[in-house]
Amino acid sequence: MGKILAKPEVCMGCHLCEIWCAVAHSKSKHIIKAFNYEDKKPEPRVRVEEKLPLTFALQCRHCNEPDCVSACISGALTKNPESGAIEHDAEKCVGCYSCVLTCPYGNIFIDHAHKKVIKCDLCAGMETMYCVSKCPNQALVYVED
Amino acid sequence: MYSYLLPEFTIERSEDKCIRCRVCERQCANKVHEYDEDLNKIFSSNELCVGCQRCVALCPTNALYVHPRVYDYRPNSSWTRDKVQNLKKQAETGGVILTGSGNDKPYRIYWDHLVLNASQVTNPSIDPLREPMELKTFLGRKPDTLEITFEEGKASLKSQLNPNVPIKTPLVFSAMSYGAISYQAYKSLAMAAKEFGTLFNTGEGGLPEHMREEFGGNAIVQCASGRFGVDSDYLNSAQIIEIKIGQGAKPGIGGHLPGEKVSANIAETRMIPMGTDALSPAPQHDIYSIEDLSMLIYALKEATNYEKPVSVKIAAVHNVAAIASGIVRAGADIVAIDGIRGGTGAAPLATRDNVGIPMELALAAVDKRLREEGIRHKCSVLAAGGIRCSADAIKAIALGADAVYIGTAALVAMGCTLCHKCYTGKCNWGICTQDPFLTKRLNPEITSQKLVNLLKGWSHEIQEMLGGMGINAIESLRGNREHLRGVGLEEWELNVLGVKGAGE
Repeated sequence: MGKILAKPEVCMGCHLCEIWCAVAHSKSKHIIKAFNYEDKKPEPRVRVEEKLPLTFALQCRHCNEPDCVSACISGALTKNPESGAIEHDAEKCVGCYSCVLTCPYGNIFIDHAHKKVIKCDLCAGMETMYCVSKCPNQALVYVED
Repeated sequence: MYSYLLPEFTIERSEDKCIRCRVCERQCANKVHEYDEDLNKIFSSNELCVGCQRCVALCPTNALYVHPRVYDYRPNSSWTRDKVQNLKKQAETGGVILTGSGNDKPYRIYWDHLVLNASQVTNPSIDPLREPMELKTFLGRKPDTLEITFEEGKASLKSQLNPNVPIKTPLVFSAMSYGAISYQAYKSLAMAAKEFGTLFNTGEGGLPEHMREEFGGNAIVQCASGRFGVDSDYLNSAQIIEIKIGQGAKPGIGGHLPGEKVSANIAETRMIPMGTDALSPAPQHDIYSIEDLSMLIYALKEATNYEKPVSVKIAAVHNVAAIASGIVRAGADIVAIDGIRGGTGAAPLATRDNVGIPMELALAAVDKRLREEGIRHKCSVLAAGGIRCSADAIKAIALGADAVYIGTAALVAMGCTLCHKCYTGKCNWGICTQDPFLTKRLNPEITSQKLVNLLKGWSHEIQEMLGGMGINAIESLRGNREHLRGVGLEEWELNVLGVKGAGE
């Protein structure tokens, strides 16, 4: 499995990766509808870290030895042995947030409305990885292993 | 003092499209947009907007529309909005009105009054996709004669040749210094020139040492009145050395780089202390005559072992033909002429808009004069200032240029929208600024490709037009005014251009 790499030297801190990630994981997948008309405001699974002028976008690193999977009390988080992706099963998630505490990158986020967590799924089942394809400056790139 | 200045732009936001993502707020260095958390709304201040369209281009829902305000005062053909506005600005500050980029006044653009020829019936046109079409150009002094001797059946050249620099297309990036533009923009130009096989010009801000080995082979280095960054290594790292006498956007004035822009890297490259103003004197203080110019030309040739052509760049002004003749006789191998529409990072508005002459007229006058004097072959002519498209470039070549400099066109390809605020150091497109948060907006890997695409596109178009004329090498078009006709020009203009009217 490859990785999404952040390139801080060309990240301009526009946060468009967050916007499009949220759209990609919204109900309608329509940017205006998702933000302005859906009941629940769409939440991103990628976050831009900022200490100006430094900025870069970070999402789940899909670690080889994932602390979140070890910490998960309900078996909701698993590492897919084939793809290597860390997958989250919302059905099993009990919202204990142990994974949030243990993630060394701070890349598992709390979905307050549903008392569950959300995290990067590498846009599974979608045509493109939205944060990568929508970055106007190629500051996020997907690199195969 | 309370400002009576009216906003120059109006910002319209479609509230039903705006998703409050705050991209506009984060992208604007002028702090036009501000998000209000209490109301979950974004407020925009028209009076701060410079109309650079960055927010419009980045808005993911196309919710923004920024447009110039129409004349707010009573319409008046003499007292136009900018005249009134500038007066008010000056009344509030007492300063010189500054501006950036190139002249935007409606002087006649001769390119738009010149049309090209094409072959019909009596001579065949050429299809550049099927037949060779040469754009390769050699910059430098050509020999007076070509003497060839034959010994034992082998031919050898007797005449001594002068150094010439080959370029794959007659398009060269014009002088834009590291300091005036960001490192990312500067490097993008260098990368594109290298990839395509043409040249970029360092301007007067030096060439960073770490770039010399990689990009020196595609560099024209400038030696300007401030002598910033000039030493023997710098001169020897390049292909061509250019003495900058003048600039089309501000003839008679030297470059001014404010201390705030002089970062550690720029200071090192320019060889000046960090944070000091880099002020180039108006004249070169060792050049007060053609003889003085000759001394500098030969000093530079001496320093580079007579291996590199020396160019002299002047602004197009009155008597430009006589000046160019003097420059060639002083020993220059290339004469670069920068017209009134040439760009700049900062210039007084009065100078930019009123000093100099259109490059088309200057170029034609210079080419004609050098031919009359029998010295045209002793130099290459580079035309600069206001080349907007491939057609302008090919017309310039037909008017007598060997190649053209493209500056503003290259900036536009990188993202510039000609907002004319280069002098503020707040370029939202990351081009004309040294703010590290803004310069990151240019990714040299992307922008260099855009520049390569520009060169590629223009070169293809030039080949198509050349083929249409039945010419298969750009050299055959140089100064070939038979392929140009004037439309809507007066007789004196046709005379200066040396072009017949359409139908003749």
